[in-house]
Amino acid sequence: MSAEVRVLRSGLHTTVQDLGRAGHQHEGVPVCGAMDAAALRLANLLVGNPEGAASLEVTLIGPTLELAGDVLLSVTGADLSASLDERPLAPGRMVHACAGSQLTFGPRATGCRAYVAFAGGIAVPPVLGSRSTYLAARLGGMRGRALVSGDVLPIAEPGACSRALAAAVGRGRCAPWRPAAFAGDTAAVGNAEDAIEVRALRGRHFAALTSPARGVLLGGDAEWFTVSGASDRMGYRLEGPALALEEPLELISEGVAFGTVQLPPDGAPIVLMADRQTTGGYPRVLEVASVDRRLLAQARPGTRVRFREISLDEARRVYIAREHELARLADAIALRAR
Amino acid sequence: MRRVAIEPLGDAAVLVRLGIAIDEATHRRVRAAHASLTAEPFPGVSDIVPAYTTVTLHYDPARVDPEALSRRVRELVEQLPEELALPSRLVRVPVRYGGEDGPDLAAVAAHAQLTPEEVVRRHAAGEYVVHMIGFAPGFPYLFGLDPQLACPRRDAPRQRVPAGSVGIGGTQAGIYPIETPGGWQLIGRTSLVLFDAAREPPGLLAPGDRVRFEETRA
Repeated sequence: MSAEVRVLRSGLHTTVQDLGRAGHQHEGVPVCGAMDAAALRLANLLVGNPEGAASLEVTLIGPTLELAGDVLLSVTGADLSASLDERPLAPGRMVHACAGSQLTFGPRATGCRAYVAFAGGIAVPPVLGSRSTYLAARLGGMRGRALVSGDVLPIAEPGACSRALAAAVGRGRCAPWRPAAFAGDTAAVGNAEDAIEVRALRGRHFAALTSPARGVLLGGDAEWFTVSGASDRMGYRLEGPALALEEPLELISEGVAFGTVQLPPDGAPIVLMADRQTTGGYPRVLEVASVDRRLLAQARPGTRVRFREISLDEARRVYIAREHELARLADAIALRAR
Repeated sequence: MRRVAIEPLGDAAVLVRLGIAIDEATHRRVRAAHASLTAEPFPGVSDIVPAYTTVTLHYDPARVDPEALSRRVRELVEQLPEELALPSRLVRVPVRYGGEDGPDLAAVAAHAQLTPEEVVRRHAAGEYVVHMIGFAPGFPYLFGLDPQLACPRRDAPRQRVPAGSVGIGGTQAGIYPIETPGGWQLIGRTSLVLFDAAREPPGLLAPGDRVRFEETRA
């Protein structure tokens, strides 16, 4: 049941993403990949794909897609009021859609980025080992760009697990189960999302901040920042109390990571996101815990953000706990496919 | 190699610090450490990224204990000899200087109080070493610029710098591999393709390569 997906309307910014182009940062190639990697992985697990299969990342205003061929699909992440042929499809649902069906999106209810996975995965050619879209260099994904109306996405032949799930659900039916066990998906990107608290480790230059700046970032009464409109997949600019260093630092460019919070001379911090450059030369004041990257990925311009300190050990512990949750979910889905 | 500092970079990377300044000795240590770490893969490490004075290792926090990784990195790097002979290729880069290809040549000349011809002569007389790749895919940061050609970045970055543009940013020289926004002073342009994702490896230049610019009209 190899299928194609026709793009009738592109939405605001819809890109093909997977888990990124790891292994090429030494060549200056950004990792890219899903902003909310956990949501992409979940979307893939729901349709029986390997968790890193190429899927769509949908931003705020979703596309209109027509399915040419029967296909199992799932929607996760932000609730952008997805519907299949006008039947609502909540985040975390999987449906065995029939040829000719239309997937549409409506008003944003929660979050910023939704993920749509198709059984088999989107079969655009891999570039440097990944199908993720890297906009600045125009490579990967759909010809290196966001989707435009008229695009046709090839879908690969689904694997055995997807075929078994499709048979279990039945053509034209929505799966009766949904992964309530995965608290991460609904709770973390939940309704209190207009103000998020993000756990972060001290960055290398945290101690070089003035005492008030340290208090603003991680103190007992840490202050709120606002995600600015000048935020994208490369980085989020945070507006709020200006931060200052005790004295200026002359730094030499070195490695940065997803979640590194840089402080440029204007005092407004920037959180580096999926399409970040591989190195940077600004002071690094915080490092967002890996487990909370997705909170930022689901934030949008206007979302208020406050940081809370976490230790390296604790950050690792909560990350591993969530990985176990995803693994349990994968096992539960594999059982459905038996 | 002497004792190195290993710092956490969040909960999914560690940074190995091999020096405190941009110089040739530090560059050689970074290259040696990068080569050694790349040759001995540590399960769960996805990227090993050399820069001027550091090597950063990115890892999966679910698979890697950062203390075990740091111990392994320390063992490997501190046992390296202080001087290690590493291969170094010489790459000749033909450049069309000035005009539309190098719109800032006159500004650089004025800043250096030299004629444009003298700027070109000095720029093409030097031998440069690629110290790191960063900023954009395949972008080489070149060490070895004639100090008199050093020139501050433009006040307002250009929205579009054409691929192949040869630039000066402070005391650094570089070449833009792809069209991107950029703030460096552009003095010329090469037709060489510095980055091609379909090539293996995709980048024309790698750390340690030597570069000579040659003036061309073509």
